[in-house]
Amino acid sequence: MAEFIDLVLLAMLALTALWIIFLKDLFAVVMLFGIYSFLSALIFVNLDAVDVAFTEASVGAGISTVLMLGTLALTGRQEKERLSTRSKLLPLFVVTLTGAALIYGTLDMPPFGHPDNPVHQHVAPRYIEESPKEVGLPNMVTSVLASYRGFDTLGETVVVFSAFIGVFSLLGVRRKKKKDLESGLESHRVLQVIAKVIIPLVILFALYVQFHGDFGPGGGFQAGVIAAAAFILYALVFGLPKAFAVVGPKFLQWMAAFGVLLYASVGLYSMYKGGNFLDYNQLAADPIAGQHYGIIIIELGVGFTVFAVMLNIFYAFGSQAERSNVQ
Amino acid sequence: MLEQHLAALPIILPLIAAPIALILGRSVLSWGFATLVSGLAFIFSWQLLAAALSDGVLSYAVGGWAPPWGIELRVDVANAFVLLAVTAISTLVLVYSKDSIEKEVKVANHSLFYTAHLLCLAGLSGILITGDAFNLFVFLEVSSLATYALVSLASDRRCLTAAFRYLVMGTIGATFILIGVGLLYMKTGTLNMLDLAVRMDAYESSRTINTGLAFIMVGVSLKLALFPLHMWLPPAYTHAPSAVTAFLASTATKVAVYVMIRFIFTVFGIDHVFVDMGMGLILMVLAVVAIFQCSYSATVQSNVKSILAYSSVAQIGYMILGLSLVSVAGLMAGMIHIFNHALMKGALFMAVGAVFYRVGSVDIKAFAGLGKRMPLTMAAFTIAGLSIIGVPLTAGFVSKWYLVTAALEQDNWLVAALVLLGSLFAVVYIGRVIEAAYFQKLPDSQGSKNIKEVSWLMLAPMWALVIANVYFGIDTSLTTEAANSAAEWLFQADAMSVSNTQEGQMSDVVVQEVSS
Repeated sequence: MAEFIDLVLLAMLALTALWIIFLKDLFAVVMLFGIYSFLSALIFVNLDAVDVAFTEASVGAGISTVLMLGTLALTGRQEKERLSTRSKLLPLFVVTLTGAALIYGTLDMPPFGHPDNPVHQHVAPRYIEESPKEVGLPNMVTSVLASYRGFDTLGETVVVFSAFIGVFSLLGVRRKKKKDLESGLESHRVLQVIAKVIIPLVILFALYVQFHGDFGPGGGFQAGVIAAAAFILYALVFGLPKAFAVVGPKFLQWMAAFGVLLYASVGLYSMYKGGNFLDYNQLAADPIAGQHYGIIIIELGVGFTVFAVMLNIFYAFGSQAERSNVQ
Repeated sequence: MLEQHLAALPIILPLIAAPIALILGRSVLSWGFATLVSGLAFIFSWQLLAAALSDGVLSYAVGGWAPPWGIELRVDVANAFVLLAVTAISTLVLVYSKDSIEKEVKVANHSLFYTAHLLCLAGLSGILITGDAFNLFVFLEVSSLATYALVSLASDRRCLTAAFRYLVMGTIGATFILIGVGLLYMKTGTLNMLDLAVRMDAYESSRTINTGLAFIMVGVSLKLALFPLHMWLPPAYTHAPSAVTAFLASTATKVAVYVMIRFIFTVFGIDHVFVDMGMGLILMVLAVVAIFQCSYSATVQSNVKSILAYSSVAQIGYMILGLSLVSVAGLMAGMIHIFNHALMKGALFMAVGAVFYRVGSVDIKAFAGLGKRMPLTMAAFTIAGLSIIGVPLTAGFVSKWYLVTAALEQDNWLVAALVLLGSLFAVVYIGRVIEAAYFQKLPDSQGSKNIKEVSWLMLAPMWALVIANVYFGIDTSLTTEAANSAAEWLFQADAMSVSNTQEGQMSDVVVQEVSS
């Protein structure tokens, strides 16, 4: 049964991808990207990778869609027909070759889902058997991401921070002048009321995801994205100036830096205590308690950075779009 | 306490410093801070190289988790040697960038520039030091994203298309590496490089692993701009701010060459890559074509930054050529050239940046008569240019010498001749600039009368690299010792039968000949 569901989902995934290629309306393409992400999330759920599915749904389908729509607001929604003189044969050849190589590589692949596969035999058993004793968390995915491979997660947080530096150096966030048109959907009373009801709930859910990541699917990445979505909704409905009054771009810039520093400070403190970088065992007398403190703090750091970066990127797009509208 | 963490410090120091540089905000403050941090990273990497030369390997388990369960940082002579070059260039470029950036980057973006530079440095150090294949990908992303931001910071609008092109190609490269690592994980269940190597030996031949090798090699080739995957490099280097070009040209592609070496020698094993898969010949052909095609392109450019950018792709060809000879001597030549080329290209791009600072253009016409107006800058350009050509008493000669001896060791006269022939192109493209600077007249316009030498803050790092070019051309003990033990270390695991004594005698002979 599970395989049947997989096949159906994969077929839909392929169809969506093909559809995206042939569509010229970029707005529809962005929507299809969202559908693509949700389909992938479903496949991940079917593979019992709920943490990955959650991330894919919140990042891939959620925030990416918003950011791509923000880009469309700047560039326009129709793909421009370009009279290209270049041959399309070379790209086709490269893509076909890559696809053929991937298929060739899978011919020798270990059988799907078999318990004797190398991935289930080498590193994973220790994570499954020992992590409840060593790290003490029910959610092993969080144990691996935040503790065993915590250095990777620090790196990923820095990747998000770098993305912010990139967007910021290109666009920058400009505060609106008084004279500019008031934006937002102020005439839409229904939207405003509903937004006011939904936003607190979304923020509450983000906090739940943030602190429940040790026990179930979730963690700093997803929580940061969800919280950012709440503020983006506010900015969309009530206009950027009001959103700036709640959290301004400068504050978010500090917050993004602070999140990375918070994460790294856990590592520095464990070095100060005589352990290696990011050795949470050193944080408290009891190693399990130390692991727990460490993971909570670094997840907070991740959450801060991701929230601040996502919201600030939206601000950057948004303020550009408003300026071009005014002009 | 510091010694215990020596292996981790070159990564985490710039990593933590980057957000602080952003918070500092003020241009001068973040410049001073970034330079200080980069200088500290240089001192630590110097100590790391000394420790690696005396003790062999330093392993550091991040988070206290033993590999393969946790992430291992693993320093040996090979990566400590490249790290030394990267941190040294980073520090010098930062000193240089204060003035250069003022001219080329908007004031509001200065602290972003230093933040991105530190992020890039942290990423490159992470790629070099990590012993974990996935961790390498993470740091590759950190350094790549920072690089795209750095390229796009120039005030010239053309940098945007260049950065976008770089971003697309770089992302394809990173994705290919990720697919490759994923395929390897599927067959081995581990991500630690040494563990990967051990567990891959269990398979006689596996299509999945071979496909993984192919994806990783193509991905890394994109990153290191191996011909014909180099098309992103010339526009990116041409339109980026001069300080960024000086930094990237002497570090980013070199680190990618190191990644290729690391995957071939530590993870896949030379028998698998060169004997079973026959990659040596492919790499050798591509390297030779890169040397000739791109050296030729360099001779016909009119923008001096483009000339040097095409020359960089050609020089990468020399490194890959050394690697493809599959001998300790060849690999050693490649490693030496990674180090020496960083010194020459850093100095050359700094000199070009100084010209842009004063003249406002890097077209070859703008160089006319500058030999009189900017004597120190043009002298630096000339000496570093001679080093690119491979004139004796410069570092470039040492690189070429080892490459030619490595080829002759295998009686490969064709390769040796091609290396020497390739140098003739360098004579042409460097010669054109020098000819313009010293033998053409300064145009008689009002602006050109005001051209004068740049400040010592730009000259000092430039000349530090020029002096290093000459120093390492005369006293080769550091480069040859480090590169030799790095190459031997990399071959050790595969137990190639090249006798140490023969190798030692050969390098002695070279040292004598070079110094006499």
